[in-house]
Amino acid sequence: MDFGRISRRHLLQGSAALALGSTLGVRSAAAAETTIGFIYVGSRDDYGYNQAHAQGAAALKKLPGIKVVEEEKVPETDAVEKTMESMINLDGATLLFPTSFGYYNPHMIKMANKFPKIHFEHCGGLWADKDPKNAGSYFGYIDEAQYISGIVAGYSTKSGKLGFVAAKPIPQVLRNINAFTLGAKLANPKATTQVIFTGDWSMPVKEAEATNSLIDQGVDVLTCHVDGPKTMVENAARRGAMVCGYHVNQSPLAPKAYLTGAEWNWEALYPKFVKMITAGESIPNFYRGGLKEEIVKVSPYGEMVSAEARKHADDVKAKFMAGNYTIFKGPIADNKGKTVIAGGTDRGQQDPELEKMDYLVDGVIGATA
Amino acid sequence: MADGSIGLWTVPLAVFGGAIRVSTPFLFVSLGECITERSGRINLGLEGTLVMGAMSAYGISYLSGSPWLGVLAAGITGALLGALHAGICSLPRVNDIAVGIALMLFGTGLAFFLGKPLIEPTAARLPAIDFGWWSDVPQLRAALRINVLFLVGVAIAPLLYWAFRTTRWGLLIRTAGESADAARAMGHSVLLIRLRATMVGGFLAGIGGSFLSLFYPGSWNEGLSSGQGITAVALVIFARWDPMLCLWASLAFGGAAALGPALQSVGVTSGYHLFNAAPYILTLAIMIITCSPKRTLTGAPAELSITR
Amino acid sequence: MTTDAADSVDAVGVAPAADPGFLQRYGASIEYILIPGAALVGALAVFGGFVAIYGKNPLDLYFYMYYGAFGTWFSWQNTLTRAAPLILTALCTALPAQLGMVIIGGEGALLIGALSATAAALAVQGAAPVIVQVAMVIGGVIGGGLWIMLAGGLRQYRGVNETISSLLLVYIALAILNHLVEGPMRDPASLNKPSTREIGAANMIGSIPGTDVHWGLVFGLVAAVAAYILIYHTTFGFAARVAGGNIRAAKIVGLSVGRLILTICFLAGGCAGLAGMIEVAAVQGRTNANLAAGYGFTGILVAFLARQNPLAIIPVAILLGGISASGGLLQRRLGLPDASVLVLQGIIFVFVLASDALYGRIGFLKGKS
Repeated sequence: MDFGRISRRHLLQGSAALALGSTLGVRSAAAAETTIGFIYVGSRDDYGYNQAHAQGAAALKKLPGIKVVEEEKVPETDAVEKTMESMINLDGATLLFPTSFGYYNPHMIKMANKFPKIHFEHCGGLWADKDPKNAGSYFGYIDEAQYISGIVAGYSTKSGKLGFVAAKPIPQVLRNINAFTLGAKLANPKATTQVIFTGDWSMPVKEAEATNSLIDQGVDVLTCHVDGPKTMVENAARRGAMVCGYHVNQSPLAPKAYLTGAEWNWEALYPKFVKMITAGESIPNFYRGGLKEEIVKVSPYGEMVSAEARKHADDVKAKFMAGNYTIFKGPIADNKGKTVIAGGTDRGQQDPELEKMDYLVDGVIGATA
Repeated sequence: MADGSIGLWTVPLAVFGGAIRVSTPFLFVSLGECITERSGRINLGLEGTLVMGAMSAYGISYLSGSPWLGVLAAGITGALLGALHAGICSLPRVNDIAVGIALMLFGTGLAFFLGKPLIEPTAARLPAIDFGWWSDVPQLRAALRINVLFLVGVAIAPLLYWAFRTTRWGLLIRTAGESADAARAMGHSVLLIRLRATMVGGFLAGIGGSFLSLFYPGSWNEGLSSGQGITAVALVIFARWDPMLCLWASLAFGGAAALGPALQSVGVTSGYHLFNAAPYILTLAIMIITCSPKRTLTGAPAELSITR
Repeated sequence: MTTDAADSVDAVGVAPAADPGFLQRYGASIEYILIPGAALVGALAVFGGFVAIYGKNPLDLYFYMYYGAFGTWFSWQNTLTRAAPLILTALCTALPAQLGMVIIGGEGALLIGALSATAAALAVQGAAPVIVQVAMVIGGVIGGGLWIMLAGGLRQYRGVNETISSLLLVYIALAILNHLVEGPMRDPASLNKPSTREIGAANMIGSIPGTDVHWGLVFGLVAAVAAYILIYHTTFGFAARVAGGNIRAAKIVGLSVGRLILTICFLAGGCAGLAGMIEVAAVQGRTNANLAAGYGFTGILVAFLARQNPLAIIPVAILLGGISASGGLLQRRLGLPDASVLVLQGIIFVFVLASDALYGRIGFLKGKS
């Protein structure tokens, strides 16, 4: 961590000069400002993943002396390397936020090695000691918020059947499905979650079909993990099912059906990062946190959420805020009957094993492949 | 079952429901393209038209509060793009396939460009008619909540079939498609016939787009079409330029698109990517089975660049 | 469709051969520079008007486009890096066009080429890098080649339209790729981005010395020149062009049209497969869904703009590479959405196609007036 601190101090001292030096000849570049670059994989107003980051970027724009440059729909190919390089060379950016998982390796690592004085903060990656010290990865334990959604969903379902529209069977998604299900079982031990994978992050027709199929199976509360939850939320609400949102607050889309939701809170985190840098502190290379650290949040409850559900959910939320609650607490069996977390083993949020999750817990109907 | 679940019946029901829900854009685009191609021109740009239609319908519906005005706007946008296609193609030595690809890019790009502020708002949506009132099964009732546009599309197919065969207008289009010289000899402007046919084709494709954004999935975003327009153009060749076959092909395609998610919901989970590709595999398989190397495609307009 | 080869013959034939004036001798060649150039200027003017309606200064637009694409050494490298895969995928459309076939499935061949190249690399893992690289080239070319040959074979032996079948094969290729990288070929360590195992850093083909542009550019240039020689300076190419002009005539003079179609389609798919191999060996280091970045589709555009001429593909690919390289700057400096690049490409394409009508019609180039 020492190296990181040194390089970051260095970065701070040099940032103004660097910004000036590397942008000579470009007309609109302003000096004496810290320029921060944001890179999104999709459209930044997608009512979902990318919009959540863009809201965080918007919070930075309000800070004095900060200039934000943004680029959207940058594919996870060498195009993103060129975008980072262009932000550094042409805009004088000294801090970059490549916000999509696929940007991390090899692209961002390559750029971090090439530009040791520039700081890179990646969302979702798993920074390891072998990776460059001027790079870091941050992410939120949004499964905590999904767990709360699960509790609310468990109380709200009449059929005991919950639905989950998911993009791909990867650890981050599986963890959300599992946390949602474990939360629901707290409220209703018989509750099951049926999952359908659409195969990609933005497939509106498939998402709508998955939503309809789930409801045809008797599911009456749905949530999702795709880039833009709007399709699922609207189509579920049209069929009279209830929904829990994801990424950002979708309650305006279906105020009567929206129970609660798991949201990112990048508006809180990004200014915190910038303040840390301005104060000369270092951001830990591996930065994670949940509700307590204000990286994720829970949408306000909808009207139809019962008092009992609110109370239970608030209790658990308070425990998360106090930092003494574990979601993945053994014994936990997967849905094939195999014990995946032995009795007596607590897998706390920081446990790296959870980042490798490849199973669906008992109560989930579906398979990982 | 007591809990209101219908178990394995989900799959046929989803395929049936999907055939109705998902097929409409395919139907409109393929019928539109059918008219255009029968006049001797291919317009691959209908993917762009579909997306532009979806965006403009959503925008107009949002601004005016009337989804039907949105549908109209989508149709007009489509007709304008059709006119652009026909206009460029009427210049000498211009390749219609290439113009189509250009307009696919242009239409999609323009729709994304202008549609940025429309992703978040909610626009007034087209109403559905409840045809399932007689049933106690909620799943069936949901599948039978049908949009008028679907019915319009289903009605247009036999109408076109009839019109191609018996009306003067249909005969003119077919003449222009079979032999431009013959049409000219009869004293008609081939370019004008094709201009009109392409505009009508674009109009229908635009309306197909309005179904996507105003009914199902029912909102505007950039992933909305993901190739449905171009697939529908493929369907026309698959359907041998026969409007009735376009209808059946669109229904089959819609049903096939619902297959992947439905199979997962009843527990068939392995290889879901391959099930999701079912519509494409199915189309290719049927084409392989039904085509023949010995004769040109039956029903193919002789003037069409891709069949010459 | 009318092939462009036939067009150029017409254009030359129309010019009267008696008077050896400069314009007459070079009129046709000048046309090939002048007309597309004028179309490009026209398209840029229209696009400038479009952004002016949007409230941006068109002069800024032109400046940033130039600056982002060709203004600095970095911009040039950015442009060339983006052009590299486009040259190869454009050949996938341009080669079959000589036979009058319209293949629009380069994207599928790219994906299958990437998969088979990766499989080849993993099969000979541990061998000397040069052997692994040769295996990858062979794997990529054969994989992509067979994929398009399938479309060609279906056309020749089953009468299936190749435009439609090659398009359908794109979706099927993508499904196969996703299926394999999430299932049988998945590296268990690829957590949130399902991928195959890595080919290994030692086996990467790296950059051209002194630049950041990977060797893919050289592969592209060599392939384009080789394709040009093949089509215009060999008997095989002559036969292909005869068959493209008139299948019946080709059969009468005893050409084996079937073999021509299969060979050309194999070479075309091989080029796109090579592009896929290069994405793996020079950029990603493994195969995953990131490879479906649309290079195959942009390649169609390049081929048509180059009028299916393998040599003309090179400058056109660089032009389009430049447009996409400058796209980022348009977003960051002018606040234009990412889709502006698509709009501009569409406008340029329309103008260049419409300008086809002008060949042989410009008075002063005919030398008559």
